[in-house]
Amino acid sequence: MLSEAERKEIEAELRIMPRRESGCVEALRAVQRHRGWVDDSAVADVAAFLGMSPDAVDSVATFYNLVHRRPVGRHVIHLCTSVTCWMLRYPEIQAAIHRELGIAPGATTDDGRFTLLPIQCLGDCDHAPAMMVDDDLHHDLVPDDVPRILERYD
Amino acid sequence: MERPLTGRMHDDGRPVGFDEYRRAGGYEAARRALTEMEPSAVTELVQEAGLKGRGGAGFNTGLKWSFVPTGDDAPRPRYLVCNADEMEPGTFKDRLLIEGDPHQLIEGMIVAARAIGAEVGYVFLRWAYRKCERRLREALAEAREAGWLGEDLQGSGFDLDIHVHVSAGRYMSGEETGLLNALEGGRAVPRSKPPYPQQSGLWGKPTVVNNVETLCNVPHIVRNGAEWYQGLSRAESGGTKLFGASGRVRRPGLWELPLGTPIREVLEEHAGGMREGYRFRGLLPGGGSTDFLVDEHLDLPLDFGPVQEAGSRLGTGTMIVLDDRTCPVGMVHNLETFFAQESCGWCTPCREGLAWVRDLLGALEEGHGHADDLELLSTHCDFLGPGNTFCALAPGAAEPLKSALQYFGDDFRRHVDEQRCPWKEA
Repeated sequence: MLSEAERKEIEAELRIMPRRESGCVEALRAVQRHRGWVDDSAVADVAAFLGMSPDAVDSVATFYNLVHRRPVGRHVIHLCTSVTCWMLRYPEIQAAIHRELGIAPGATTDDGRFTLLPIQCLGDCDHAPAMMVDDDLHHDLVPDDVPRILERYD
Repeated sequence: MERPLTGRMHDDGRPVGFDEYRRAGGYEAARRALTEMEPSAVTELVQEAGLKGRGGAGFNTGLKWSFVPTGDDAPRPRYLVCNADEMEPGTFKDRLLIEGDPHQLIEGMIVAARAIGAEVGYVFLRWAYRKCERRLREALAEAREAGWLGEDLQGSGFDLDIHVHVSAGRYMSGEETGLLNALEGGRAVPRSKPPYPQQSGLWGKPTVVNNVETLCNVPHIVRNGAEWYQGLSRAESGGTKLFGASGRVRRPGLWELPLGTPIREVLEEHAGGMREGYRFRGLLPGGGSTDFLVDEHLDLPLDFGPVQEAGSRLGTGTMIVLDDRTCPVGMVHNLETFFAQESCGWCTPCREGLAWVRDLLGALEEGHGHADDLELLSTHCDFLGPGNTFCALAPGAAEPLKSALQYFGDDFRRHVDEQRCPWKEA
């Protein structure tokens, strides 16, 4: 069942859409904001609310990079792996994250604090290499920056 | 030198506020388009100015608008969509335009919506651009408050509202028809054309999709005229363009310059040349899906026609510079890994071909290359080329590969002969 808060947020988004199913991405994001990720029951809840089949909702959920169909940590690190960040050595930043947290791309720390995910070009190429932690952009990174940045996130 | 798009912006990164934008003549173009000009005259003016789409394809913007049916019996509602899903690798120009001066984009959208008679606008925004979203929503609220959005704008009888949709992230969402499917809440797979979006787009209604930078040019054309706009450029196409450079140049960044500025001038005067200890080997002139240009092309004027004649595309105008200490095969492997992952899977050459190409390049990098791999890669470039897929992702993905085989063929062959990547430490 969708919570009252989830329903309200989805309804607010549906006001700018002529059809309910057009709010599918917004609905998945709303649920993810509240639950951290989108499990099978969330897919079913969104489907019922929008008048869609669960499979149709899942086809959308699995298409987009930012809809998490598996659990993530309290904070998500998105490390840019695209071309300019590659040239300016993002693998060294990835290695520094591994040293600090012991996780490879796709993994979550045992304490559930961080998940590390690779991400496509963050559009910050003049400050490469770059990464986002939750909503914050960090750029012009050198490996030594990593511990200081990560300690800000509990 | 005039810089209509970025000249008002603050160096410290603050956005241009509503009052400040008004004082600088902002919303005067919207007022003129709403109260003094016929919508068709707006379209004709933009067409005459020669504004070409800044998202990569370079199609004449006014001409694109002119395909929208606008008579009394034309379908309603009609939609204007701003493509702000900036995800082309190496591209970071629309971020600056939205963060630095959000009202300029809103005004461009008002003028464009008036021209095509759209009563609803959407900004399809990349999720990663958090600051853009905050500033855009604030600016939209200010514009609404001041009567530039909502009902009966400035007493013109014209209604318009603009909504923000934040994407859930996929390169294909930036493809024109993929974007429409994404905005409708579905998977961002391409649509068959025709019908073109101008006839049947969002929810089957006439729709124009324009890039952020394209729309930001529009108010200045309406305010200053087509001749002024033509005069901004040093080339055939009108206006200025945001040009960028990233990679191992001294001052990576973004500069608004006349179209037709030579590549060398951007690289040397603005980007400061190569960093100490690095030599120039080549560049992708307009994002990851454009063909390499090399030394012999450095005097080319950066305009749509000349870059195309040299075998590449102006694309987004943000260059990715390859230096001599970076492996060209590795660079192309990185790009094809991106394209293979971001392929939506709709068309076979793209879904199957890009994964194959990625694996071949990966094997070369790992020292497992075969003598016939180069020919196989070249064959894939033909399969991925224009006409075999619904959208331009696959042809775009083939461009850096095909041109790398042409200009850096010896580097590819060394990977095979030496059974290793010569750039990796032994």
